[in-house]
Amino acid sequence: MSTVDPVTPVLTKRWLSPRSWSIQTYEQLEGYTALRKALTATPEQIVQVVKDSGLRGRGGAGFPSGLKWSFMPPNEDKPHYLVINADEGEPGTCKDIPLMMADPHSLIEGCVIASYAMRSHHCFIYVRGEVLHCIRRLNAAVKEAKAAGYLGENILGSGYDLEITVHAGAGAYICGEETALLDSLEGRRGQPRLKPPFPAAAGLYAAPTTVNNVETIASVPYIINGGSDWFRRMGTEKSPGPKIYSISGHVERPGQYEAPLGTTLRQLLEMAGGMKDGIPLKFWTPGGSSTPMFTAEHLDVPLDFEGAAEAGSMLGTTAVQVFNETVSVPWAVMKWTQFYKHESCGKCTPCREGTYWLVQILERMVDGNGTEEDIDTLLDVCDNVLGRSFCALGDGAVSPIQSGIKYFRDEFLALCQKNREKNRKPAMAGAN
Amino acid sequence: MTTSGPGQTYGGSSVTGGETYQAGHDDSTTAMDASVLSRAETTPLITEIREDLSVFDGIVDKARAIIARYPQSRSALLPMLHLVQSVQGYVSQAGIQFCARELELAPAEVSAVATFYTMYKRKPCGEHLVSVCTNTLCAALGGDEIYQTLREHLGEPGKPLGHEETAGTPGEPGSITIEHAECLAACDLGPVLQVNYEFYDNQTPEKAVELVDALRRGEKPAPTRGAPLTDFKDASLQLAGFFDRESDVEGPSQAAETLAGAQLAQDRGWTAPAMPANVAFPDLEKK
Repeated sequence: MSTVDPVTPVLTKRWLSPRSWSIQTYEQLEGYTALRKALTATPEQIVQVVKDSGLRGRGGAGFPSGLKWSFMPPNEDKPHYLVINADEGEPGTCKDIPLMMADPHSLIEGCVIASYAMRSHHCFIYVRGEVLHCIRRLNAAVKEAKAAGYLGENILGSGYDLEITVHAGAGAYICGEETALLDSLEGRRGQPRLKPPFPAAAGLYAAPTTVNNVETIASVPYIINGGSDWFRRMGTEKSPGPKIYSISGHVERPGQYEAPLGTTLRQLLEMAGGMKDGIPLKFWTPGGSSTPMFTAEHLDVPLDFEGAAEAGSMLGTTAVQVFNETVSVPWAVMKWTQFYKHESCGKCTPCREGTYWLVQILERMVDGNGTEEDIDTLLDVCDNVLGRSFCALGDGAVSPIQSGIKYFRDEFLALCQKNREKNRKPAMAGAN
Repeated sequence: MTTSGPGQTYGGSSVTGGETYQAGHDDSTTAMDASVLSRAETTPLITEIREDLSVFDGIVDKARAIIARYPQSRSALLPMLHLVQSVQGYVSQAGIQFCARELELAPAEVSAVATFYTMYKRKPCGEHLVSVCTNTLCAALGGDEIYQTLREHLGEPGKPLGHEETAGTPGEPGSITIEHAECLAACDLGPVLQVNYEFYDNQTPEKAVELVDALRRGEKPAPTRGAPLTDFKDASLQLAGFFDRESDVEGPSQAAETLAGAQLAQDRGWTAPAMPANVAFPDLEKK
């Protein structure tokens, strides 16, 4: 097999075109050809192609998409729903919003194909509310697609009907968790549900539902046109395909770089022009703040689902946040913990109370009033949140703390040293 | 109008109708007797306040159009709360009662939702809402400094503006509400801020001060990415799904950062592998 280029624009290939968001541009550049092709196949054949392609969920968990789709019941006793998770909010993550702004029709086309494959006739795109321009573009795209016959009744004469509703959220990170998203879409507080039942059995309105990330669904038209073998030419055996890596922070040219899965930070830094002003790298996240941080030791870790996990983190959303030597790790960890505390939905005790206390300990530490025992207390509280919370928000909340202490314990100790020098009795966190 | 008298249930409740044990009792007398507070203090606590909802007469049709988008009416609640904000610039008690009436929910059910989400404001907002990302990455790049500078610049001497506080009279031209926001999904363009949820990328304290000063003078500087600026109420109407100006969609969206990878590939001649022509679907046996 011939080698593959370092940057492989598939999802991003139309972004440089004028008015890339319009249906005219989309149609000129092979848009909606995959839909025509898909409608000649059976739903089962489409699920099989997606299974064969090895496509894995791009929202962070990496669950095999075709397998997820196959959990939908074959009968239609109840309506089936496809819900697109466009609630991009994981700190550092900024791939789905630019995708939907630049090329909304690729998501719409993916939605029609995926809905057809899962026998759904109503698809919802749940977009976080703070991205008005993106919501505007999606609404316009739905309108254009409908006028062109790609949506609505009897799509392209196939007899298949589909409605797409664009739904704006209202500012809650937790709604990126799929069952919280469904509760939110039902007009409730966004709080996660107990699983099982999984959404495929009882999701939106207790009907069979599949929740997929934007990038996952936008990949589907290319898989239909190119086939599973083509898709597998990029990426690795278990993590095939291209992936949008979002590089942010202290690099010369931050931005969106679509590269085969398994690309390393060293390669990404080369694309992004290296560290900003030559100041050395200190720590980075492979896929958002909920993925344990890495250091300069991890420059050559292949950033695919297996590689990141073997090195002690997770691939997450491939939101590569790069921090140089000027940034204090305890400060960064404190800021992230403040975020998790603010976004904890309050449903379960370990996360609600845990994040509340973790923040206070970290804040007083950063203020220079911590003690060495605080480090053990932090890790102890983390142990009681990790794996004991209702959903993954709690697990994510402890990632920066545990990994920060693992790699940079000295920095935490140095802050405690400051306190000892002041020769003060430590105050109890939260006692003032 | 949804009432909350005894013996009645609300939409969404699993309790079926029929009289409850309370029926026939005079609730107010019982509550008065049981209360440790004086009569005058107890009265407002047990009296249902019915707000005048006529301010929303103009959006009844829009509310019903939202409800029609969904298989079940309650799904309309989030967009309807955005709609209510487009009228008053916040979610008032009247706004809550309006949503409850239209969706046949209890006001308490609507309140529970309205208080959960950050974007629903409980106090009247300024003409513009300025949201500064202070999550870790933006903060490290200067977001904390931008937020601090704006708080001081918009506040009184020695009394910086707090989170969700307003400079000027809410709703009046030139008034600005400021808030610190969590990650706004524009990290490659950090530090970022938003005005009425349109993006202003790669900010500095100086640029941010210039921006809010222009807003106070009644100017509407164009966002880096987004449609021409209007105001918070108009943005709320769009979030409810009503887009009146077709040209808004043309607003810029692609910064150099957004296109960095695609541009690099074009410059170097890098592409994804070519797709084979006419790939057949897998041949599945009919079940």
